[in-house]
Amino acid sequence: MSDAYYYSEDSTTIQGVDLPVTEIGTSSEIDTLADSATSLAHSAPDNFFITGLTVFILACFVGYYVVWRVTPALHSPLMGITNAISSVIIVGAIIAVGPIEGSGFSKFLGFLAVILASVNIFGGFIITRRMLHMFKKKGA
Amino acid sequence: MPMISGFAHLAASVLFILALRGLSHPETAQRGLTYGVVGMILAVVTTLYLPTVGSWGLTIVGVLVGGAIGAYIARKIEMTALPQLMAAFHSLVGLAAVLVASAAFSNPEAYGIGTSGDIAIVSLVEMALGVAIGAVTFTGSLIAWGKLQGTLSGKPFTFEGQHALNAALGFVLVTLIVMFCNSESGFLFFLIIMLALLMGVLMIIPIGGADMPVIVSMLNSYSGWAAAGIGFTLHNNLLIVTGALVGASGAILSYIMCKGMNRSFLNVVLGGFGGDAASGGSGDHGDRQAKIGSAEDAAFIMKSAGKVIIVPGYGMAVAQAQHVLREMVDALKEEGVEVKYAIHPVAGRMPGHMNVLLAEANVPYDEVFELEDINRDFAQADVVYVIGANDITNPSAKSDSSSPIYGMPVLDVEKAKTVLFVKRSLGSGYAGIDNPLFYADNTLMLLDDAKKMTENIVKALED
Repeated sequence: MSDAYYYSEDSTTIQGVDLPVTEIGTSSEIDTLADSATSLAHSAPDNFFITGLTVFILACFVGYYVVWRVTPALHSPLMGITNAISSVIIVGAIIAVGPIEGSGFSKFLGFLAVILASVNIFGGFIITRRMLHMFKKKGA
Repeated sequence: MPMISGFAHLAASVLFILALRGLSHPETAQRGLTYGVVGMILAVVTTLYLPTVGSWGLTIVGVLVGGAIGAYIARKIEMTALPQLMAAFHSLVGLAAVLVASAAFSNPEAYGIGTSGDIAIVSLVEMALGVAIGAVTFTGSLIAWGKLQGTLSGKPFTFEGQHALNAALGFVLVTLIVMFCNSESGFLFFLIIMLALLMGVLMIIPIGGADMPVIVSMLNSYSGWAAAGIGFTLHNNLLIVTGALVGASGAILSYIMCKGMNRSFLNVVLGGFGGDAASGGSGDHGDRQAKIGSAEDAAFIMKSAGKVIIVPGYGMAVAQAQHVLREMVDALKEEGVEVKYAIHPVAGRMPGHMNVLLAEANVPYDEVFELEDINRDFAQADVVYVIGANDITNPSAKSDSSSPIYGMPVLDVEKAKTVLFVKRSLGSGYAGIDNPLFYADNTLMLLDDAKKMTENIVKALED
């Protein structure tokens, strides 16, 4: 899915494929169309919503079955781990910080988000580790 | 490279699933945690190698700063403060979601979702939803944190027309989102964020302190949905999978907590429960007087018992009595007494709160039992030692249909030969309900702070 990051996926441009056909004249417009056709062929961007939704629903089911099997004694560590992994949102923050050129504002927002998500990732994993270390069997 | 990072993100998703799977047993939990950490490293490193990510400097600085703060807090925090820590962490996920969605809105090119002023409508919908859920999670968690920390009163804050106001604001929020998707106006985007922030506050203030296990789980779930929403915006399957896992996990925990109180989720979320003095329930216990005992009495009774069951509650956490409780149990074991612990699903302020505190005090997890596994044992127990719990032992939940907690599953402590009930006063619990157990013939009330009383019992046992 990560090809999504660098092919243009703008669906309005793609819709442009059938709408302004009669007006095609300049070469730049043709280039744009060619570009969007390429991107269409590569990543079918319009369908990402369906792909994403499929992944989402299936993951909800996986989550449902996996979490029901978690022993109630470990519900607090479960919260710790889910808190840490939900900060995988850092991936989005890194993409905002990353571009060498581009808006300073979005970089700044991304930078703040990287800090917050890192607090959570480190904090969440470490507190979970602390909790799990305490759970011991009789005589252990 | 995109192929590689795609596979890496798939691998990270699988590792996250395995991380949760590991928690099915304390023995596999450590390995599960390792899977989670590896998955996270994989996700971050492959993202750094994406072609659009040109500079690493700021990211590395951010990770170091945030990581240091997170590591410091997680190492220093007291285990009793765990519920408020979780609430605080959830608020950060919410705020991070708001920031990422705003970054995507101001620089859509970096994410390949169009150009500024010309973002695909699907992306706008996802962005608006992600940012709204994130903002609600942020302020809602802050309020929950305040209530758990004691910075804000744990009492429900209600006012006339509260639900109508919330419904109206919800309607306005939906309208704003629709308008935003049509206009892509930055001002509307800002308004959506502000309104969602306000709604987060309004949603949590009417909810009482003792309902916090449900709320902390619910906010856990929201932080997941916010991450999934951002995943849709950024066309990133890893975020979607992780968000769905976290969302499902929080939702299941909320469900378990609601069931533990025999209340519907809606009933909890609408709030207002608890805090009102002595509403409903029969406060009428006739002329029966509670029997008040001393630490020496308690020590004597427990020493001569064969089987003792300990029932801990939030009061134990507040008094930090878990360590001295373990000492008491050790002393009893030396006398040849068999001791078990019984945990009610909503004991404490977050799911599994009591289990962690007992584990912290080195209580082996195989001596700790959940409600359905131990409820039958009370009839054979000689002594039940209730420390810092109240409503979860209230027999009127079974017998008195006018009681506000009627139908809630409770621990059958009254079936034991003797009940020792540690409590600061004869006052009612959070639900404002009188507990007939206080006046039962086989109950001995030990009126003191949970920690002090248990310390005195340990002294008496050693003499």
